[in-house]
Amino acid sequence: MSDMLKDPTILRELIMDHYQYPRNHGLVDDSSYASCHMASDSCIDDITVQSKIVDGVIKDIRFDGVACTICTASTSMMSELLKGKTTDEAKKIMDNYFNMMEEKPYDEDMLEEAIAMCNVHKQANRIKCATIGWKAMKKMME
Amino acid sequence: MLNVEEIRKDFPLLQNDPDLIYFDNGATTLKPQCVIDAVNKYNAYTSVNVERGDYDLSFEVSNLYENTREVVRRFINASKKEEIVYTSGATASLNMIAFGLKHEINKDDIILITLAEHASNVLPWFSIAKEKGAKVDYIKTFANGAIDIDDLKLKMNDHVKVVSIAAVGNVLGYVQDINTIGKVVHQYNCYFIVDGAQSVPHIKTDVIKDDIDFLAFSAHKMCGPTGMGIIYGKYQLLQRLEPLIYGGGANARFDCDMNVILKDVPHVFEAGTPNIAGVLGLNAAICYLEKIGIDNINEYEEYLKKYMIDKLSKLDNIIIYNPDSTSGIVSFNAKDVFAQDAGSFLNTKHVAIRTGNHCAKMLHNIIGTNESIRASLYFYNTTDEIDRFVEACKDINIDNCLNIFF
Repeated sequence: MSDMLKDPTILRELIMDHYQYPRNHGLVDDSSYASCHMASDSCIDDITVQSKIVDGVIKDIRFDGVACTICTASTSMMSELLKGKTTDEAKKIMDNYFNMMEEKPYDEDMLEEAIAMCNVHKQANRIKCATIGWKAMKKMME
Repeated sequence: MLNVEEIRKDFPLLQNDPDLIYFDNGATTLKPQCVIDAVNKYNAYTSVNVERGDYDLSFEVSNLYENTREVVRRFINASKKEEIVYTSGATASLNMIAFGLKHEINKDDIILITLAEHASNVLPWFSIAKEKGAKVDYIKTFANGAIDIDDLKLKMNDHVKVVSIAAVGNVLGYVQDINTIGKVVHQYNCYFIVDGAQSVPHIKTDVIKDDIDFLAFSAHKMCGPTGMGIIYGKYQLLQRLEPLIYGGGANARFDCDMNVILKDVPHVFEAGTPNIAGVLGLNAAICYLEKIGIDNINEYEEYLKKYMIDKLSKLDNIIIYNPDSTSGIVSFNAKDVFAQDAGSFLNTKHVAIRTGNHCAKMLHNIIGTNESIRASLYFYNTTDEIDRFVEACKDINIDNCLNIFF
């Protein structure tokens, strides 16, 4: 990982940027997309993630909903990171991301900008926010 | 005015964690030493079953257990102690009342609630309405949460079988005029059910004066243990409530031909070994509140609430949704900040508050926001805590809410 991504100011800016300008935001009305609505009652984020997976390749990811900074930014990062990947590649990236959340060893190079979420465990109840979009994607890949 | 510094010494959690600003009393309250002692004493020295054993210890615990009904009766001014049913909490109480009355609700009957109700006073009625072909309708409330009595009068008719409302809403904290509402409801042949979860711990409850048919509340929101609650029901109306759970302790006799003789009210609703420690803890909690005085508690909370609103309303970044309700609940947001982001920031300032929709998921129809921050006070809170809280609120902005992660 480049040193730039270890600078807290830059990580913070990444979260802010993905929160204010979320990528792949807005749902599509297209039956070729799978859809997963995540609204657990222990967490107030309420988002829907859509994905289009063709022949084991993630062609597109979309999301929308009412959510906090961490949820919005982490889902936006996920959508950028996993788009175009095969589901096998995506699974490896996800495992790494979930390991980072649980403070287990992980390969930071695989996570690119999502590395900005590396400190979410400092506010333990927010791990849910940082993983809800990722879990939606995981469900759709299963 | 209360001697709050002395009162705070009764709460081990406050003594142990003096930096904590606990403003989540709407969710649950802290436990004073006397309640902890009552629960521990039972578990340590008298942990036998009630109403079954032919031995002194069981007799002694059974007496204390049954006498707690009298303590609860006194606290809410019921007519007799048999009108007090032990449950696992206000949620169980409301479910037991609703489903216990299901056999009296028919197609095209109407159940009146409000959009501000807690899930526990909504979902049981939805379930019954769907099953019976009845209708749930909503009494209008003003923006501050007050029930519109004129709208209630308009909506009342012979089809309305139930009016079920919170005496104090858990988000806006408006103290409803239960007495007037009860009078309107009882002009019809209709049950008047009150969710007292946020009122009984804070303001004097008088079920006779307010002509309440059924009342539900929890022990843990009034310094008592979790897993313990109460149904109050008028004695003759409790007879009409069907028990939902059958088993030991609720029946007197049964035989192989399915002849069953159930016990009388209230025991018919209490099948199974009860939460004895919870009952004894509630007993201690009520005695503790009575010692301080519920009117003193109410007066002090109103003072705290005003103090908080005065300070908070001076901040440009804060939107308050319920400035004029008198209970100790303040619901607000910081401008352009999602409630949960603000909640985590306040956590870093040792402030315990709750964010979200607070189980009142239809309330956004009234206040125009899905998520809010709720600070809810109790008599052990102080103006000093409010000062520190307001200082923290000044700094709620999106930058600071992200800084906590770095």
